[in-house]
Amino acid sequence: MPPKKSIGAEYLKGLWDENPVFRQLLGMCPTLAVTNAVINGIAMGLATAFVLILSSLVVSSIKKLIPNQVRIATFIVIIASFVTIADRFLAAFFPPISKALGPYVPLIVVNCIILGRQEAFSSKNSVGRSLIDAFGMSTGFILALLILSSIREILGSGTFLGFQVMGSWFKPWVIMVLPAGAFITLGVLLGIAILIESKTKTRST
Amino acid sequence: MDILTVFVAAILVNNFVLYYFLGICPFLGVSKKIDSAFSMGMAVTFVMTLTAVASWMINHWILIPFGLDYLQIVSFILVIASLVQLVEMFIRKMSPPLYQALGIYLPLITTNCAIMGLALLAALKNYNFIKTVVFGVGSGLGFTLAIVLMAGIREQLDLADVPKPLKGAGIALIVAGIMALAFSGFSGMIK
Repeated sequence: MPPKKSIGAEYLKGLWDENPVFRQLLGMCPTLAVTNAVINGIAMGLATAFVLILSSLVVSSIKKLIPNQVRIATFIVIIASFVTIADRFLAAFFPPISKALGPYVPLIVVNCIILGRQEAFSSKNSVGRSLIDAFGMSTGFILALLILSSIREILGSGTFLGFQVMGSWFKPWVIMVLPAGAFITLGVLLGIAILIESKTKTRST
Repeated sequence: MDILTVFVAAILVNNFVLYYFLGICPFLGVSKKIDSAFSMGMAVTFVMTLTAVASWMINHWILIPFGLDYLQIVSFILVIASLVQLVEMFIRKMSPPLYQALGIYLPLITTNCAIMGLALLAALKNYNFIKTVVFGVGSGLGFTLAIVLMAGIREQLDLADVPKPLKGAGIALIVAGIMALAFSGFSGMIK
C-alpha cells in the first residue's frame, strides 16, 4: 500500500490531481447534461455530493461485513437508497429544479464517480479517511460543474444564476445551451486542463 | 404511426448519446475501432431491448399496483445488473462465437447509464408495452449509429495533426459536439 497521505492532501487531491471530471473522465453524463444553467449544475453537484458522502460513510463502516463476491451489488443497493432519498427530497422541496433535472437525478445511481470511489477507496480505508476523500471528490465535481455551467450560461443566455450579466449588445450563443455546446466546451476545457498540467510539470522538474 | 414516430425519434432526433448524454463512457472509451464499436453497439441494443421488457413488467405489474413507485431506482438497477449477468451466462452457453465477440463488453454495460436511462425514461414517458419495446430497440440502434460514426471519424483522426493537449478525449468531445450539431438538424422531422 502507498504511504498514507496527510489529511489535507487526501482532501485536495479531489480538486485537481484526481479531479473526477477533468482528470479521471468519470461522471461525464451528468456533467454534460445538466450544465446548461448554473443553478442546475449546483443542484446536481450537491445531490451527487450528498449521495457520495453518505455512501462512503456507510460502505466504509460496514466494509468488514460485506462478502467480497457481492460487494458491487451491495454498493449499488446502498447508493440507490441514497439516490432515492435525494430524488424524493428534491421533488418535495424544490419541484422546479427536480423538473429541470428530470431523469438525471435518479441517474446519479449509475454515476461512475460514486461506485468508483466505493470500490477504489471506501472499501479499503477507514471511515474518517473515506469521508475526507468523498468530500474532496465532491468538491472537485461541484467545481467542474460550476466552471462548465458558468461558461455555458454566460455565453448561451447572457445570464449568471438568472441575472443579466452581459450588456444589451450581447447576442446569446444559442449553441452553448444546446447539447453541441456541452460537448465542445468540455472538450476545450479538457485540453486546457492538460495544457496547465504539462506546463506545471515542466516547471517543477 | 405513433410507433414509427417513437422509433425514428429514438434513433435520430433524441439520440441517446448526442441528445440525452447517456452512455458517454463507452461512447468515448470503445470508439477507437469501428469493429469493436459495432460490437459494443450490438451488445447495448440487445441488453436495452431486454431491459425495456423487464423494466416495463416490473413497473406495471409489481411497482405501480402495490404503490411502490419510490422503489423504482433500486429495483431497476438490480434488474439491470442481474439481467446482464444472465445474458452473459446464456450467451456463453448457447453461442460461444457471439460470446467471443461481445465478451468483454457485456459486464461493462451494467454501469452504462444508457441502460438505466432507458428504463427511467420509458417509465417517465408512460409508454405502453409495445412502445417501450420499440423505444428500447430504437435507442439501442441510435447508440450504435452514434458510436460507429464516431469510431469512423476517430480512425481518420489518428492521421490528423491535432494540437497536443486536445489529443484523445478532448478532440473526441469536440467531434461529438459537431456531430450533435449535425444531428440537431433532424429535430424538424418530428412534430
